[in-house]
Amino acid sequence: MSANISKATKKPAKSGRTIAVLLVVFVAFSALAIFQGDTKLKLGLDLRGGTSVTLAPKVASGGKVDKAAVDQAVAIIRQRVNSLGVAESEVSSQSNGDIIVSVPGNSSSRVVDLVGATAQLRFRQVLAVGAGNAASSATSSATTTSTKGGKKVTSPSAATFPAGVNAALDNAFKSLDCTIAANRQGGAIDDPTQPLVSCSRQGAEKYILAPAEVEGNQVSKASAVLDNANGNGWMVLLSFNGAGTNAFGKMTTRVTSLASPQNQAAIVLDGLVVSAPRINEAINSGSAQISGRFTQTDATDLANKLKYGALPLALSVQEINQISPTLGSDQLHAGLLAGLIGLILVVLYSVLYYRGLGLVSVGSLVVAGSITYLSFLLLGKWIGFTLTLAGIAGAIVSIGITADSFIVYFERLRDEVREGRSLRTAVETGWQRARRTILVADFVSLIAAALLYFFAVGGVRGFAFTLGLTTFVDLIVVFFFTKPLVTILSRVAFYSSGHPLSGLSAKSLGVVTHDGKDLL
Amino acid sequence: MARSSMAGLGGRLYRGEKSFDFIGKKRRFYAFSGLLIIISAVALGTQGLKLGIEFKGGSVFTVQSPSVTVADGHAALTSAGVTTETIVQKIGANKLRLQTTDLPQSTISAARNALSTTFKVDPANIDVQTVGPSWGKEITHKAIYGLIGFLLVVMLYLAMAFEPKMAIAAIIAVIHDVFITVGIYALVGFDVTPATVIGFLTILGYSLYDTVVVFDKVRENTKGITSTAKMSYSAAANLAVNQTLVRSFNTSVIALLPVASILFVGAGLLGAGTLKDLSLALFIGLATGTYSSIFVATPLLATLREREPAMKALAKRVSARGGVVETIDKNTAGVVTSTHSKDDHERGPRNQPKRKSRRR
Repeated sequence: MSANISKATKKPAKSGRTIAVLLVVFVAFSALAIFQGDTKLKLGLDLRGGTSVTLAPKVASGGKVDKAAVDQAVAIIRQRVNSLGVAESEVSSQSNGDIIVSVPGNSSSRVVDLVGATAQLRFRQVLAVGAGNAASSATSSATTTSTKGGKKVTSPSAATFPAGVNAALDNAFKSLDCTIAANRQGGAIDDPTQPLVSCSRQGAEKYILAPAEVEGNQVSKASAVLDNANGNGWMVLLSFNGAGTNAFGKMTTRVTSLASPQNQAAIVLDGLVVSAPRINEAINSGSAQISGRFTQTDATDLANKLKYGALPLALSVQEINQISPTLGSDQLHAGLLAGLIGLILVVLYSVLYYRGLGLVSVGSLVVAGSITYLSFLLLGKWIGFTLTLAGIAGAIVSIGITADSFIVYFERLRDEVREGRSLRTAVETGWQRARRTILVADFVSLIAAALLYFFAVGGVRGFAFTLGLTTFVDLIVVFFFTKPLVTILSRVAFYSSGHPLSGLSAKSLGVVTHDGKDLL
Repeated sequence: MARSSMAGLGGRLYRGEKSFDFIGKKRRFYAFSGLLIIISAVALGTQGLKLGIEFKGGSVFTVQSPSVTVADGHAALTSAGVTTETIVQKIGANKLRLQTTDLPQSTISAARNALSTTFKVDPANIDVQTVGPSWGKEITHKAIYGLIGFLLVVMLYLAMAFEPKMAIAAIIAVIHDVFITVGIYALVGFDVTPATVIGFLTILGYSLYDTVVVFDKVRENTKGITSTAKMSYSAAANLAVNQTLVRSFNTSVIALLPVASILFVGAGLLGAGTLKDLSLALFIGLATGTYSSIFVATPLLATLREREPAMKALAKRVSARGGVVETIDKNTAGVVTSTHSKDDHERGPRNQPKRKSRRR
């Protein structure tokens, strides 16, 4: 037997080198991971608890999603979410325009209210205005204007207050400090039928505003234009629909004769005053222009806000997941338990069926597992990969796929031995044939994973990703670990001599001897 | 000892001493698959699929408290102003799962608060999943595109890597698997969620994996087959299935074990959810996938190839030479132990590895 080893191709030294290279690469990447400080897996919300909201832009049929608008919406939502002060909150957009908001650890309704509520754009008459700090009160600012009053005084206690303002509103106005960021979050309850006490977006002013008269959805068009002819610089043109034209006409007719600040119409967005232009004339035509030393950005922003409301896009809530930390850790534990049971079962089966070769597959699984874990760590850093429950499921399922490729090789190996080849030769010829099968089969798995990834939505994407990743890892392990290991084991005297305890003893390759015995 | 007998079986199957006649009885398998497909079609037509909230829109609340009852759950939802149909299930001893139709956000908050007071848990500890009604449409579209894209790409790939007829047979087997799996879902009334759909799509890859392994062997066995006239294409294909039978069995078992453990843990510990949905679809799909790669894909391939004039001529030549190996028509019995291998195994095409025999 030891005579006819001539045909065996690879030398064990080369195989040893292959494994050594794999080991060095692995250690290098591990060192990199430790060096980068990412030694903990990034867990998805379903494993740690939290809230995730998926929003999709509403697009007219056949229309396309405006990437810039999506980015702007993401920025606005991010601002809102950040006001919660939760670390690691994320707002991101997908290639199809979907916006995904995830707030770890917080499973209260607050997040959903913040994100889901598409704040309304409204036009309200300004009743009083003051500096943004807490000291100012409506009366002080109102004394200068109250004498002129509104033409329709309905408020009974308006002695020193401007029209429409009462003591309660004034108190609220007085106590409002717009220099505190928390008061400038917007999204507060904004009842259009009630007066509103609110800050300007930047916090420099605060306002008492009359009930809303024109709604944002009555604006039919808004655009930023550069008016060079009249030297007005950048300004915003807007037009209203039928109902809006009426309402805006009524409002402007009424306020234009009033004294400042009551001749101003505040544009209220998300509960905050975006702009409060003075109304110069009654506008009954349904189209208006807002001018006032705008930069191009200011004008475009304002036009966008008038057009879309708070967000530059109409968004619809697609999915909300509120997962308590308890459920999160339950799911994590269940996932890990399932993985453990699955692994034990696979290991048991391999060892019971393939004995010594089974140990090779167990070793290979350990290597594959380590590489996969390391990939999770590094990808978490590089591309923000987070492990979700579906991802864990993908990884567990892949235990089977990975072990499958060992089986394909082992069975080929045994086939070759059945063909009468020596063990050492069989290791090589069997590999030649198994390699092709493994490549084709894994390639099909990779195609499946890639397509699943591109066509999957939401959390299940993680499944496709881990499935693809682990298939790739499987290829690396089979080529650079399992095969070289088998080559080495088939050569080492201890194994090739068929020691009963060796992984490749005659007994371990029982098929041959057993069959031989059967036959003879 | 199960190993030894199994391993022994593998050896005998490999040498063709023991042979299951898969190709010869293909009509029986076609009929069986046809029956399954008809049942699936009927189930789909009459009962349809039971779609999860992801496809219809709605909310699912999960409450964990020692004192949950279904009646209290219903009462809490009603008190919160939920008037539409609700499904309340108890999971394990202390978990309650409440499913509603699409509700406005305010009602969802109210329901959460009502559940919080009823079962005395912090509202933040009540898990809520809400899905808009248009979500499912998007998922469905994407799944269908994914399916079509996958079938096309894989068909092209297999046609290039193997041969066009193998690609056709493999794809038909895959469609067969998905259809029957979906049919089982309709029949039993399992919930279909996006995780289930992903499971269905994953079956595609899995089912092909098995088929690829068998086809690879078929290709090897049939290489240059027309020049030797030793066996017909069907006989060679049948030998390939038998030779890879142990492998197919083992890969399927190994693939099923982790899926079964996910199913066990997912359904047992967590109740409804991603893990259960995914693994159930995979479990059923894997089982049908294993079946189809042995009983459907290869016989189909043989049927396709036997229609070629060259293969017809070969089959004729082989039978003229006295049927060295069984041809498809002759064996209608269940398990065939072909005559030649009983007495001819020593002279069989394979040498016996004497060295190893002695070592035992």
